[in-house]
Amino acid sequence: MTQRTDILSGIIIEDQQRLSLRELCEACAVHAEFITELVNEGVIEPTGIDRSHWVFSGVSLHRIRTAKRLQHDLGINLAGVALALELLDEMQQLRAQLYTLSGSEHE
Amino acid sequence: MEFKDYYELMDVKRDATQDEIKRAYRKLARKYHPDVSKAADAEERFKEVGEAYEVLKDPEKRAAYDQLGANWKAGQDFNAPPDWDAGFEFSGGGYTGGFADGADAGAYSDFFESLFGQGFRSAASGGAYRQQGGFHARGSDHHAKVFIDLEDALNGATRSFSLHVPEVDAQGHVTTKERVLKVTIPRGVKQGQHIRLAGQGNPGMGEGPAGDLYLEIEFNPHSIYRVEGRDVYLDVPLTPWEAALGASIQVPTPAGPVDMKIKAGAASGNKLRLKGRGIPGKPAGDLYVILDIALPPATTEAAKTLYRDMQQRLDFNPRARLGV
Repeated sequence: MTQRTDILSGIIIEDQQRLSLRELCEACAVHAEFITELVNEGVIEPTGIDRSHWVFSGVSLHRIRTAKRLQHDLGINLAGVALALELLDEMQQLRAQLYTLSGSEHE
Repeated sequence: MEFKDYYELMDVKRDATQDEIKRAYRKLARKYHPDVSKAADAEERFKEVGEAYEVLKDPEKRAAYDQLGANWKAGQDFNAPPDWDAGFEFSGGGYTGGFADGADAGAYSDFFESLFGQGFRSAASGGAYRQQGGFHARGSDHHAKVFIDLEDALNGATRSFSLHVPEVDAQGHVTTKERVLKVTIPRGVKQGQHIRLAGQGNPGMGEGPAGDLYLEIEFNPHSIYRVEGRDVYLDVPLTPWEAALGASIQVPTPAGPVDMKIKAGAASGNKLRLKGRGIPGKPAGDLYVILDIALPPATTEAAKTLYRDMQQRLDFNPRARLGV
């Protein structure tokens, strides 16, 4: 990899509201089956009538990557991953409330 | 390099059973997992524990490590004795810890590498570093976290980041290379969002295209603002007379100071919204002003006289609701 000093511009993934299954697989380096299982667990919610027409929001990217790490690093199954993600979301919301109102805890 | 006490890192005794080590690891991994813990050193601790477990879970590596002796202290200067591993055979098992991104090649310490680097890498037939198969494959994507200032997101900016990229040379050695990137920060980017830089990941194999680079945006803590999503929060102190009588005060906003009306009878903790004054975008975020009444210190005789005067002339019992 050569050192580059050109100014790079990218896109904000979360603002990109239409990711295809293939794009998601590539971005998260997972198989389509893994994403299908996460959809079945309700961890991510695509729009579109069936699997071949699924469209994902940019937020899915982050969730899939976190799910993959939790499964891989802690050896939990997908139902457990789904529960962990929900609890983490709730914790994040509570932390944010605490932080924005009192500044007592960052993030 | 520094000696690492893997038993101390995992908080187990030197004679712990394999089951005890596994339990200790599971517990510590859950505690320090970077997705779970918000502690600043969580990622580092998680990697350390992963490395310790990598050695202690494997009876062959553990036995080899044990024969270095119990007299070593963590942090002590250490060099592997020549032929220290004579008589031990590592049957491999490969890397298991670290992150699944394939970006974990540099995750182990020099200490670990000096002891187990060569032996089990060849035994694992380079499996940990295997790229996607075939002669024409798309390069893998890279992910990195970068820190920016709130102002960069508010106004847009160009920032340089230096990333540490693990590289594997022809002999299978892992080195970490520094790569400097100049990136345009899009105006209105929010905490936790990801910027995709197409083609800036790992080079492809053969004619395969390069992978992408994903930058996760984190904000440096700001001296006065707190950011949540697209909204910005700000504590604003008020004098008791401003709060009691109402006032027009100046408050800072990311786009410059604005005048703000405070209604009579304002209380500490009141949250006032300035619509559209948060992070710009469609829609723009809001600025929330949280009031905080500051008491003037009673350090001069004049101030004390005023407080005593209030005490006598105001019939005020803030504890009336407590029944006392």
